[in-house]
Amino acid sequence: MESVLKITWKRLPLSSNFAIAQAVKDSDVDVVSAYPITPQTTVVERISEFIANGELKAEMIHVESEHSAMSAAIGASAFGARAFTATASQGLELMHELLHIASGLRLPIVMSVAARALSAPISIWGDYTDVMNARDTSWVTLIASTAQEAYDSIIQAYKIAEDPRVFLPVMVAYDGYAMSHTYEPVYVSEKADAFKDYIPKNPQWYTLNPDKPVTIGSIASPDWYYEFKYQQVVAMKNAYDVVKEADEEYGKRYERKYGIIEEDGVEGSDITFVTYGGIFGTLKESVEELRKKGEKIGLARIRLFRPFPSEDIAKIAEKTKALVVLDRAITYGVGISGPVSREIISSLYSRGIERNVYSFIIGIGQRTVTEKDMAAIYEKTKEMLASHEKQKESVYWGVRE
Amino acid sequence: MQERYEIRWHGRGGQGAVTAGVLVAEAAILDGKYAQAYPEFGAERRGAPVKAYTKVSEKPIYSRSPIINPDIVVILDPSINKSIYMDGLKEGGMILINSSKSDEEVKALIGRSDVKIAVVDATHIALDILKSAIVNTAMVGALVKVVPLATLESLEKALHETFSKKVADLNYQIVKTSYEKVKIIN
Amino acid sequence: MGWKELPRGGSILEPGNSESRYTGDWRTFKPVIKQDKCTRCLRCWIVCPEPAIYIIDKPYATSSGRQFKFSVEVNYDYCKGCGMCVEECEPKAIDWVEEEK
Repeated sequence: MESVLKITWKRLPLSSNFAIAQAVKDSDVDVVSAYPITPQTTVVERISEFIANGELKAEMIHVESEHSAMSAAIGASAFGARAFTATASQGLELMHELLHIASGLRLPIVMSVAARALSAPISIWGDYTDVMNARDTSWVTLIASTAQEAYDSIIQAYKIAEDPRVFLPVMVAYDGYAMSHTYEPVYVSEKADAFKDYIPKNPQWYTLNPDKPVTIGSIASPDWYYEFKYQQVVAMKNAYDVVKEADEEYGKRYERKYGIIEEDGVEGSDITFVTYGGIFGTLKESVEELRKKGEKIGLARIRLFRPFPSEDIAKIAEKTKALVVLDRAITYGVGISGPVSREIISSLYSRGIERNVYSFIIGIGQRTVTEKDMAAIYEKTKEMLASHEKQKESVYWGVRE
Repeated sequence: MQERYEIRWHGRGGQGAVTAGVLVAEAAILDGKYAQAYPEFGAERRGAPVKAYTKVSEKPIYSRSPIINPDIVVILDPSINKSIYMDGLKEGGMILINSSKSDEEVKALIGRSDVKIAVVDATHIALDILKSAIVNTAMVGALVKVVPLATLESLEKALHETFSKKVADLNYQIVKTSYEKVKIIN
Repeated sequence: MGWKELPRGGSILEPGNSESRYTGDWRTFKPVIKQDKCTRCLRCWIVCPEPAIYIIDKPYATSSGRQFKFSVEVNYDYCKGCGMCVEECEPKAIDWVEEEK
């Protein structure tokens, strides 16, 4: 690349929430509408500070619910503004119908989700049930595993969402509490407008403009509706390449990139662990310990959940002998109840790749998961493999009898 | 210095254990080290008053699991049940306790000879300077003296990031006083 | 038109394009305004949901000698024949006439 704007970075102690607020500022967002909900609240609190002290010139819309928060973001985006909102858990559920509207109207809104369990009973703690419930809403979904990645992903998200091949909203999810409230070092841009070449403001989507009126949100009869939904199918498919390109370009410009699936030591491994979000860090340290004992273990972290990277996961499966998938959500009423496990199984089956895929449910409602659990899950998987056991039901790790 | 230190903080609501944990991490990060700080969450909280965690390392930290076997435990409130704060403390580890009791009494209370014991009368330092019994910054000052996790310069910076100038200045005074007064008693 | 040609998300890019959509062939009955009886109160103009009642810049003198500066007419390209104007007309100046099809 000829003209690369060099960014000077400062290294700050930030939680993922604060890193995201910083990224929203650095993305020069125009409109933020949000309603507070634990563990997301400090994202928008910090953004309001930026707006109040003049660091970010944006409109902060205080609304009375998440339903309104997403509605306001839709309105702002339909006007051509760069819009942002943040939520978690019940808030994401209350938004649910608007999630479909945002994507159906093809508006490039970016939202961060501090993944949290759902009531009842009330749990303010982390798991990925909220994010997985939004699976079918046609939002491009990235899942970060560090505060640094959360920061970088928000900036990349605007690049992805505003690409004419996509024009879909993008969700950046990360662990409620385990990331949202954990301070760690994050490199952020020294200057506020550092990313303006990477994500220039030039709205190409249909916008409301009195000089050139358009109708947004019309009815579609049975004769037309299907075609509009198929457009979304294609946009989602396109999003895969766009996510990849956005990450590559970010890497070239700013020397940090993440890929679609982060993998390590998969080639020639006996068992490969697959997971997503912050728990990957704990897994990584525990696998490093196990490898010291001579165990051949691969590691894979799914960063892109929608569109689901079936080809990439198939390639990973081909390089290893068996997969263990750690899911932090449950889809009820089906044997293999880990949402990502199911995606992987279907990806492999449709490509004729025969591998044992073992599904483990962990960390539900922030149930503690330590390196010891990871080592024990590994042992359990080895036993299952040795006995040629076909898994018909996920293992509910650590649940008390 | 070992490569990584894992610190568990024990306090009661309002004493600022979470902020203390964050301050040390912030200062260490400003020093160029790697650190993580987070409040307790999850099932490990059962039966315990406030817990917070800090990890400080020369190398990147990936794991996000709660600290089960800390290198250092910091006790903001000595009235917390001993079985809670001594739980899992590593052999050869360190315990930093807020106490105005005699060395002999503290040694008897801890009752373990394999760990180093550091004592500081944080309550009175805080009362003298802040006119309030918020002991967290006193414990932070003592901690960085007995284990050089962060420099005083970075701590001062972190305090100013966290508090208003007036409050930051008072707290830095507490940090320095406590840094001078803490002592290892065994 | 297939998915490739259609504007994204069902947006309509051409403003006022309902003009090209004639709804007049839906009718079984049609309203016919008797200009001589009409008092130009414009209730029909208010209630018409389409709107297919047009105010026409055409002076009219009634048989009793009243002078109106304008006329009120139905645009049969768009009138769906709902009959609301007939129902609401105070002086009973609108006839409800079966369409010849």
